[in-house]
Amino acid sequence: MGGGLAGIRAAIAAAETDPKLRVAMVSKVYPMRSHTVSAEGGCAAVLREPDSFDGHAFDTIKGSDYLADQDVVEVFVREAPLEVIQMEHWGCPWSREPDGRISVRPFGGMTTWRTCFAADKSGFHMLHTVFQTSLQFANIERLDEFFVTSLITEDGRCEGVIGFDMRSGEVRSLAARAVILATGGNGRIYAFTTNGAICTGDGMALAYRAGVPLKDMEFVQFHPTGMPSTGILITEAVRGEGGYLTNAEGERFLERYVPNKMELGPRDIISRAMVTEFEAGRGLKGEYGDYMNLDVRHLGSEVINRKLPFMRELMGEYMGIDIVTDPMPVRPVEHYMMGGIDTDASGRTPMPGLYAAGECANAGINGANRLGSNSLPECLVFGAAAGRAAVHDARGVKAPGSNPIAGLVKDETRRIEADFLGRSSGTERVGEIREDLQKMMDAQVGVFRTGDGLKTAVKELAELRDRFARLKLDDHSRTFNTELVTALELENMLDGAETIIESALARQESRGSHARRDFPDRNDEKYLAHTLAYHTRGAKPRLEYRPVRITQWQPQARSY
Amino acid sequence: MAAPSQELLRSNPLPADTIQLSVTRYDPAQDAAPRQQTYEIPYRDDMVVLDALNWIKTHMDGSVSYRWSCRMGICGSCGMNVNGTPRLGCSVFLRDYLPGPVLVEPLPNFPVIRDLVIDMTSFMEKLSSVKPWVISNGQEPALAAGEHRQTPAQVEQYRQFSMCINCMLCYAACPVIAIEPHFVGPAAIALARRYDLDSRDHAGQDRLRTVTGSDAIWDCSFIGECSAVCPKGVDPAKAIQQTKFESTLGMLLPWGGVSK
Repeated sequence: MGGGLAGIRAAIAAAETDPKLRVAMVSKVYPMRSHTVSAEGGCAAVLREPDSFDGHAFDTIKGSDYLADQDVVEVFVREAPLEVIQMEHWGCPWSREPDGRISVRPFGGMTTWRTCFAADKSGFHMLHTVFQTSLQFANIERLDEFFVTSLITEDGRCEGVIGFDMRSGEVRSLAARAVILATGGNGRIYAFTTNGAICTGDGMALAYRAGVPLKDMEFVQFHPTGMPSTGILITEAVRGEGGYLTNAEGERFLERYVPNKMELGPRDIISRAMVTEFEAGRGLKGEYGDYMNLDVRHLGSEVINRKLPFMRELMGEYMGIDIVTDPMPVRPVEHYMMGGIDTDASGRTPMPGLYAAGECANAGINGANRLGSNSLPECLVFGAAAGRAAVHDARGVKAPGSNPIAGLVKDETRRIEADFLGRSSGTERVGEIREDLQKMMDAQVGVFRTGDGLKTAVKELAELRDRFARLKLDDHSRTFNTELVTALELENMLDGAETIIESALARQESRGSHARRDFPDRNDEKYLAHTLAYHTRGAKPRLEYRPVRITQWQPQARSY
Repeated sequence: MAAPSQELLRSNPLPADTIQLSVTRYDPAQDAAPRQQTYEIPYRDDMVVLDALNWIKTHMDGSVSYRWSCRMGICGSCGMNVNGTPRLGCSVFLRDYLPGPVLVEPLPNFPVIRDLVIDMTSFMEKLSSVKPWVISNGQEPALAAGEHRQTPAQVEQYRQFSMCINCMLCYAACPVIAIEPHFVGPAAIALARRYDLDSRDHAGQDRLRTVTGSDAIWDCSFIGECSAVCPKGVDPAKAIQQTKFESTLGMLLPWGGVSK
């Protein structure tokens, strides 16, 4: 489920592992529309000397503020180079060195150059490469624009999905011996986000409601450099290539926060530094609030055109700014969910038959803060692992029976009819509830949090849920009903938001991206542990904690 | 509805600036034919057509149907005809159409499923038909042996044709597709060209035949509408011209075709 980088990589891995299997690739959009397409800066992997697996692992673990599971990170860094080479063999147009080797660039929190890239459209090229490659597999069948509404579970095992074909509106089931969720993040619960409209956390919510825990949901990454008006991502590669961040006084203010890394500090720390500067009155003032300047004028047009052409295009088109002659206005923007469906290093969730990979999953490599350029290799490594594990585990599993499933399809058809399409008594507009949710998350669950703000969020979320129960759709058609899809996505967003708020309220410390003003220090004694949020019927999520797995890197103070 | 009193108007002034959009509506279950519906919305000069549609859907009419996601010109979802020209809804500003109304219609040359949502089944089949993947010569190095060497100049050979976002604006603009719907079309030919020009690919005539097999490619009169509407500078017309040339070379010379 999901046709982005992780989903397609999983489908190919499954199809290659057993060519006799039928693999369905189900997505609510056509695969090349998936949000991987917006990734820009690159994909980290240890390709050659003097880089080392230990180097990549330690940078990732330090970046995670020691909340990563170190055994999983060690697997990840070893697999990443093979996946990058696999992408190369499949035709990815990586940027190259004069001698023909894949180029690498510096990135935030990485101590050496290890981020491979395809100019500043790395995600776009990687997605189209795997998608086009997948077309040659006769045993991969695509179900495009199919919206999944629930998982089929029987005796604690996942046996398929139920959803509807958006074009016909017909509800149907897909019985399966294994289901892999690769449905991306839920950044759209925020108003100011780099995420595309489709990033509503559907897979997270499906797994959660089926009883699988969501892990470390309080950790939400704010990227330092979003376009102030729209939130469009301005890649970290701008700083990787040597761009400066300056405040209203023209000062490279990061000297006060990450003096040894400056613009190549990790995202959580730089976003906090920017907000701190804004609060001290040192931000530039714009129509959309305070911002900073991101300046690449000293790089010159040749480097900009070769390495950052998309940034020049985007800033020109949407802001009317030529980055060769003028600095770019930027401000911190919601970007990535470290939290996600609890999985192991093979993508297995605690529910037999259910797997997850990519942003919707949490295999344990990102901890409290993901390093830039670790998410694309994460999609590849864990997508491939989940595809192989699913095939391996499915051997000997009996195909699900069709009798109970037919009943479930009827139930789901009735639910969609009764709660959404056929209801005439409601008063609330789906788009307006969504906007209020987004504004509330921006205001109360942002770069800095407080106990009081999070309690306000709990209260406001309950009100939003009440309004959702009084929903009224304008659109009652069965044909391509995007308002119905939006309403079902909103249900998923409300569940995702609740796990974030409750997990954030319970974690009384500051670690990585989770910065509590009322608990400014990290507390390893109490919180060197993953939060697991379990769905409960009609009440707030039940939280449990699981210790972080440490192999060779003991937690230290995190300074750059 | 009674006209609001002058007093009410003063305390609740209408937005200072508004603009009208005329949007194609069509639900096959209800409408015999597509119709236009006009909406008046508040205007800002940094709004794109997609923002206007989103405003309508959120606040006025949730039934307006269209595709969108990235809102930054890279996912290719929001192709639509704006005042008669195929555009990405997220990349076309209302300010360029003042004072309005702005005419928003589905992309032509495709069947319509609903409102602005077109049926892209045939497009997806055409993309697959050109074998858009690396076809190796059986001497693929093992993963552990590392990457193929490919110089920046070799990347430059095919780079332009790898920039296609599958937005289908070129199909909407193509005069050949309009009369010959089976024509494999500009984006698919550019994609075939992208792999043919890649130093890692060894398809040779195998892929070339997929695009020259039908007569339609020869109907392309190199009007260049496809390249004119391309939002990403892919220049499919150039790919078609190169393909015709390679194909002719292949017919004249037994060893001909596909030069890299």
